[in-house]
Amino acid sequence: MLNNITIGQYFPGNSFIHRMDPRAKIIATTIFIIAIFLANTPLAYGIVGAFTVGALLLSRLPLNLLWRSVKPLWIIIVFTMGIHIFTTPGESLFSYGIINITDKGVAMGLQMGARLIFLILFSSLLTYTTSPIRLTDGIEHLLSPFRRIGVPAHELAMMMTIALRFIPTLLDETDRIMKAQSARGADFVTGSLIQRAKNMVPLLVPLFISAFRRADELAIAMEARCYRGGVNRTRMKELTITPIDYIGVGTVILVTVVLIVLWWLHR
Amino acid sequence: MAIQLDSITYTYGVGTPFEKQALSGISLSIENGEFLGIIGHTGSGKSTFVQHLNGLLHPTTGTVTVNGVDISAKTEEAKTMRHKVGMVFQYPEHQLFEETIAQDIAFGPKNLGLPDDEVDRRVREAMQFVGLHYDIYAERSPFHLSGGQMRRVAIAGVIAMEPDFLVLDEPSAGLDPFGREEIFEQIIKLHKEKGITVILVSHNMEDISRMATRLIVLDKGQVVLDGEPLTIFKDHRQVLQSVGVDVPPVSVLIESLRERGLPISNDILTVDDAVEAIVEGGQHVK
Repeated sequence: MLNNITIGQYFPGNSFIHRMDPRAKIIATTIFIIAIFLANTPLAYGIVGAFTVGALLLSRLPLNLLWRSVKPLWIIIVFTMGIHIFTTPGESLFSYGIINITDKGVAMGLQMGARLIFLILFSSLLTYTTSPIRLTDGIEHLLSPFRRIGVPAHELAMMMTIALRFIPTLLDETDRIMKAQSARGADFVTGSLIQRAKNMVPLLVPLFISAFRRADELAIAMEARCYRGGVNRTRMKELTITPIDYIGVGTVILVTVVLIVLWWLHR
Repeated sequence: MAIQLDSITYTYGVGTPFEKQALSGISLSIENGEFLGIIGHTGSGKSTFVQHLNGLLHPTTGTVTVNGVDISAKTEEAKTMRHKVGMVFQYPEHQLFEETIAQDIAFGPKNLGLPDDEVDRRVREAMQFVGLHYDIYAERSPFHLSGGQMRRVAIAGVIAMEPDFLVLDEPSAGLDPFGREEIFEQIIKLHKEKGITVILVSHNMEDISRMATRLIVLDKGQVVLDGEPLTIFKDHRQVLQSVGVDVPPVSVLIESLRERGLPISNDILTVDDAVEAIVEGGQHVK
């Protein structure tokens, strides 16, 4: 019942994109996502599309995985396209009652749809190719300059890491308790909504107790090892910037510059 | 009255990159009144296997029948049969949730739809069985008990379902020797007095060899040995070692004493018997 939930979407691999440093990937993704919004001509969309497809091919992720990341959001995509198609003023292509479809509307709708799809694909590329632990490491590094203004970068990253670490554990626990209670005749599937909510009590109480117990044990274990925040801590796995990171970020910047120029020319 | 498993296989995560076959073609019949021990290395499929016995997992291929009824069916009859197989998981005390011990034990019987007086009778009986005095413990919170007591409450919760078959997955894990002894005494009592068929999963060879009437050894999702514990420990030591299962220390001691010429029999499984045999054997040497 619970085994179809995937946490973090990491898909292991050893492609160029998998090997990039998480910091480089976060920066490159952020830059490119902003750049997507600069596209305003078919040529610019072509470039964005080609670059996205190129990056996806480079990552060697299976196609159905990418499809799965877009699928849950298709309602939003269709809705956005619809709004633009029906509400943008321009030369009428088709008109019936209050419905009025314009040439500009269709163009806008298609553009917005394409933008959203590129956005989803590119940001899932980041989560598909970076393990959650490396991702939090990267976020911690990128946030560390803000420590001076009081952002607890290390603590935030530590909390994220611990939370991520315990999701599978708690899922296992949930599965186990569900089975134990089902063996005693508990029913989690049928009944009215209120009845089903009530039936969750035998699951939730033990789950909370075990989560608190684990949190307590972890806190004691960390204190016993003299854990304290981020100052002067060294790491077992250092993040290192390699030539591929320069190539990756460099390419994104290059594409972005091209897109800026195109945007400038067609303002 | 028996559990029949017909060439069952089970695969985790079918259709994902993490697909893993946990059981491959197990056929087995568990007869009424048996005390079946299951041993195997970590990851040999023990836990997956026992979850098939009461329909918590359904085999990918093959069938499981309890008293002749296929328990993967969606009929009332299949449901009744699934409830005939009680299941005590590892660390069963983690499933406690009610405010009082009596209420927690009553959870199972209530789900069976029994009348209140029958539920009450079962709760009292189950508590007495695991050695918790009703008048003292019934209204207490299960969360203020010691680890061993909590486990007894959890086991009572399963016993109150009055199963014909009782599956226990490492019931002694994490208990001190005293608590372990108590739990096992109760399990033996269940088997002997109530005639419940017990299926015990354990790492501890001594416990298994002492109690089980039949032993199966699992490795990589297959049954590699099936027979009387004594025969298996005596004759199949190499197989046991190759699948990463330890022979009970008593058997090892007896074997090495025999090798050094002490005239004792090699069909000894418990520490007490061993002491007696060694004393006796020693006298012969003098």
